[in-house]
Amino acid sequence: MAGQGCLVANDWLCWEYVASRSEELTDAAVQHVWITAASVLIGLAVAVPLALLARRGRRWAAPVLGLTTLLYTIPSLAMFSLLLPLFGLSAALVVTGLVLYSLTILVRNTLAGLEAVPDEVREAARGMGYGPARLLWQVELPLAVPALLAGVRIATVSTVALTTVGSIVGKGGLGNLIAPAVSSNFKAQVLTASLLCVLLALAADLLLLGVQRLLTPWARAAGAGDGRRRRLRNGEV
Amino acid sequence: MGVPGRVFDWLADGANWYGENGVWHRLGEHALVSGTALVLACALALPVGLWLGHTGRGGALAVNLSNIGRAVPVFAVLALFMVSPLRSAGHVPTVAALVLFAVPPLLTNAYVGVRGVDRSVVEAARGMGMSAGQLLLRVELPLARPLVMTGVRSAAVQVVATATIAAMVGQGGLGRIITAGFNTYNTAQVVAGALLVAGLALLVEGVLVAVDRLFPRPAAR
Repeated sequence: MAGQGCLVANDWLCWEYVASRSEELTDAAVQHVWITAASVLIGLAVAVPLALLARRGRRWAAPVLGLTTLLYTIPSLAMFSLLLPLFGLSAALVVTGLVLYSLTILVRNTLAGLEAVPDEVREAARGMGYGPARLLWQVELPLAVPALLAGVRIATVSTVALTTVGSIVGKGGLGNLIAPAVSSNFKAQVLTASLLCVLLALAADLLLLGVQRLLTPWARAAGAGDGRRRRLRNGEV
Repeated sequence: MGVPGRVFDWLADGANWYGENGVWHRLGEHALVSGTALVLACALALPVGLWLGHTGRGGALAVNLSNIGRAVPVFAVLALFMVSPLRSAGHVPTVAALVLFAVPPLLTNAYVGVRGVDRSVVEAARGMGMSAGQLLLRVELPLARPLVMTGVRSAAVQVVATATIAAMVGQGGLGRIITAGFNTYNTAQVVAGALLVAGLALLVEGVLVAVDRLFPRPAAR
């Protein structure tokens, strides 16, 4: 590993860089984490009602699914640029763009999870006197959790990656370190920030996998034989 | 005048279409870069994905590859290429970054497509004495084609949309129209750039659908 002088030599891996700029790296990583977390949480808060709306019938499903899919095809650079007149150079701009992107996968997976609830289960709950609200909260949403969390995992990992593009307005977390380092040909900074990005995504994925295990103890007990549920859990819907 | 009117005016102004920063030049760069990247990614990913699906080996890798790919920001990969000796190699950094971006979903789709072919059909073909190559080319590939082609189409649209990122490191393509509009607070130009990217993506999707139709499909049941 390169030791002293690797900053001068412009090495790819440079501990001297990590040590001397640790504060800057930490700040960027913290911004990256909160932008991602805010985006996915707000995305979820918007996606669940949208999925419930889409479930009410074809009349709602087509526009909701069509619109959220269309949003995903807008280039991220254009999305952030288009939101500029509305938000100015702020983190709210980046969060809004990322929320819109996350809707595609979150709405789809929430809907798939709700639709995968067996009709017999619904009938049984109704027969036991559950009203629509209680049926949703105590039966349908808990059963949709595996598919929903699979969606949250995919959305979170994509959001961590996309946050870097936010550097166009100076709010891109670790992306803020990558952009100027390209112009100045600063190899250690580009590589370190990129690696941290990937590590953040993987850490977030593992964390959510843990949450998924905690929230759905029955899924483990049911075993791996149930192919449909396993596919839903893995987000292959 | 509202934004739609100003977007129309921007697009209707011939001066915006010619020269180094004109639409034609940027559109050409964009099409060249994303086309090359898509062809290379297909050439790399499809044979491997189809073969892994055929043998049934490497399944965990093939399925998880697209998840891993999602965690790697294209912008970061492009930035890494731009601080490597590749920076002076024209469009190579952009093409390379887009290939790395497109390979994982293409490979996963090809693998899942072949694995999803009804096992009883595969067993029957094997029972008829088909060799591994015949089985893959005459049974599995035709049956997996719809899924493989869906994967190619969505990868194409994603590549065209993502190629705009190249502008963030000063590379060519339609993204430059967007960043130029961004830097001058010209919303009409940003929208025009986004529309051009979307138009190109739709065009590519349409061409791929047309190409797919040119080849006969296995008889529908």
